[in-house]
Amino acid sequence: MFDLDKWQEILDTIRANKLRTLLTGFSVAWGIFMLIILLGSGNGLANGIEYQFRDDAVNSIWVFGGQTSLPHRGLAPGRQIRFKAGDFAAVRDGVDGVEHITARYYPQGSLTVSYGSEYGTYDIRSVHPDHQYLEKTIVKNGRFLNEVDQEQFRKVAAIGQKVEQGLFKGRSSIGEYININGIPFKVVGTFEDAGSESENEKIYLPISTSERIFAGDKRYRNIMFTVGDAGLVESQGIAQDTRAVLAQRMRFSEDDERAVFVRNNVEEFQRFVSLMAGIRVFIWVIGIGTILAGVVGVSNIMMIVVQERTREIGVRKALGATPWSIVSLVLQESIFITAIAGYFGLVLGVFLLELVSENLPASDFFVNPNVNLQLAIVATVLLVTAGAIAGFFPARKAAGIRPVEALRDE
Amino acid sequence: MIDLQGIHKSYPVGKGKLHVLKGIDLHIGAGEMVSIMGSSGSGKSTLMNVMGILDDYDEGEYLLDRHRIRNLSERKAAGYRNKLLGFVFQSFNLIPFKNAMENVALPLYYQGVPRRKRNEIALTYLEKVGLVDWAEHRPSELSGGQQQRVAIARALISEPKVILADEPTGALDTTTSYEVMAVLRDINREGTSIVIVTHEHDISHMTDRLIHLTDGRIESDEPVPSPVDPRSVAAAAPGVAESA
Ligand SMILES: Nc1ncnc2c1ncn2[C@@H]1O[C@H](COP(=O)(O)OP(=O)(O)O)[C@@H](O)[C@H]1O
Ligand SMILES: [Mg+2]
Repeated sequence: MFDLDKWQEILDTIRANKLRTLLTGFSVAWGIFMLIILLGSGNGLANGIEYQFRDDAVNSIWVFGGQTSLPHRGLAPGRQIRFKAGDFAAVRDGVDGVEHITARYYPQGSLTVSYGSEYGTYDIRSVHPDHQYLEKTIVKNGRFLNEVDQEQFRKVAAIGQKVEQGLFKGRSSIGEYININGIPFKVVGTFEDAGSESENEKIYLPISTSERIFAGDKRYRNIMFTVGDAGLVESQGIAQDTRAVLAQRMRFSEDDERAVFVRNNVEEFQRFVSLMAGIRVFIWVIGIGTILAGVVGVSNIMMIVVQERTREIGVRKALGATPWSIVSLVLQESIFITAIAGYFGLVLGVFLLELVSENLPASDFFVNPNVNLQLAIVATVLLVTAGAIAGFFPARKAAGIRPVEALRDE
Repeated sequence: MIDLQGIHKSYPVGKGKLHVLKGIDLHIGAGEMVSIMGSSGSGKSTLMNVMGILDDYDEGEYLLDRHRIRNLSERKAAGYRNKLLGFVFQSFNLIPFKNAMENVALPLYYQGVPRRKRNEIALTYLEKVGLVDWAEHRPSELSGGQQQRVAIARALISEPKVILADEPTGALDTTTSYEVMAVLRDINREGTSIVIVTHEHDISHMTDRLIHLTDGRIESDEPVPSPVDPRSVAAAAPGVAESA
């Protein structure tokens, strides 16, 4: 299979036509380079979007209270809808498909948090234990809030690692007491969050404790739950059921879009997934188009090469060259040029992506542009195919050359 | 060796056709050295191309070394050209980017002879034509006579039964022409049949048999009374021996 002589022949002819080979190769290298850059950028965009979703569970539904906009059973529009513990329980127990569920309750007014002489203001969220699944909270030390905390109204807190750093200055916070508005809470765990930095500056308290201590308005900001591995349609059904359960309980019309707002993250995510798919198709179309242009270029140039080498090919045939030996010579040359040039473009593109990736200022929308091994393999296969296609017509033309025509003396 | 019977060939020209070979009967035996003469357009090259399986014919029968040459596949034709025939052209037709040795070795490449071996053999043939010192030179670095001798070495390397030479001296001056003829004569003495197309009388008189072609027919076919030895003529001309 590996015919050293044939390679020698090919290298000879390439050496005899350096500039032309270079120009040919350039068009292919450029095509591949563009494809890699495009695909890499596409991946950067996709990674960015994925990063956006990393903060929260993508299989979740968030429900916010709003204001009624339709009259309902004799009730005038304009009522505020705010959830309370009973509404939470109704969703938890009354809606099929709810997996992990939590509410969020924010005590009113700004609360100061202190430990010893260290003070800080931190965002305090009062939640159910399941909240950790909603936010993808990663426990570092100790534990997260649990059901016992909830039932016994324990004064405990899980704090973000930024909070620990701020208040404890590098010492361990587990088992220590922090003061929130003068009330001591025992730290039971610290956590980090995959999402943005501010997620690490949170303090979580059991919602039951919080409600009792900070009294005032006992209404929840929102209810959120995951839906397991429910698909798009299924999740939409669950969202609808949630709306129905709440409408029934809180007496508003199920058709009242403004009474409660339901954000279905499955749907949102799906939207981005299809957007990404669209972008990817677009990139491939452009990339393939660019490569195709390169292929046509190679094909044209090989055509000219064959034309110019008509006499030589005629001589070879007179000396006993079979049609196949001529075809394979042209094909192999074409594949060789495209493969080498294409590989050059591939490496250059990957190199540039790496460079960009390393020096890119942090951005949430464009993260780690890269191409993976699988893509490189696809590109390589594409290259060889492209080379073969580019060489096909010239090779056929070469094989069809009749020695008499080629050898005629003008 | 070569057996032609009632060979007809015409070229399509516009809507009609140009009848070029009008019934050629010709037998050339092993070891013969034959020249073909005729005015321009009489069909000499066409006849050579038919004999060389470079072109096909319309009618008649052609046996080459007892093989029937008719409707051959390209592959088979390539095989016969490679094994049975050697070509020498007026314009040498060496491959410009290969050196003399590689040019000579090319027919063996198509026989699948390994590179080192065929280059070795090529050197012995270059020696035969007195150009072993020029083995590494490209055709462009050689004189016309030298190029033609390289081409002859190339025609010889596959040890063909017949060498077909279409105006091999057409592009050479007289002295060089005689040298080339001397080489061809030596080859012929070793047993290879040689067919030379020429329009020079002195060249044709260095062969043993002279065929005249007129308008696609053989007008005459006679032995040359007393063939001239190109070496004696070449030796007589001053400075020829060194002009290689
Ligand atoms: N491929 C071709 N198509 C048409 N006419 C051709 C072709 N080849 C040769 N001829 C014509 O055939 C005739 C014989 O040509 P050729 O055999 O080359 O003559 P010679 O070699 O004796 O000069 C000439 O009139 C030439 O123009
Ligand atoms: Mg002619």
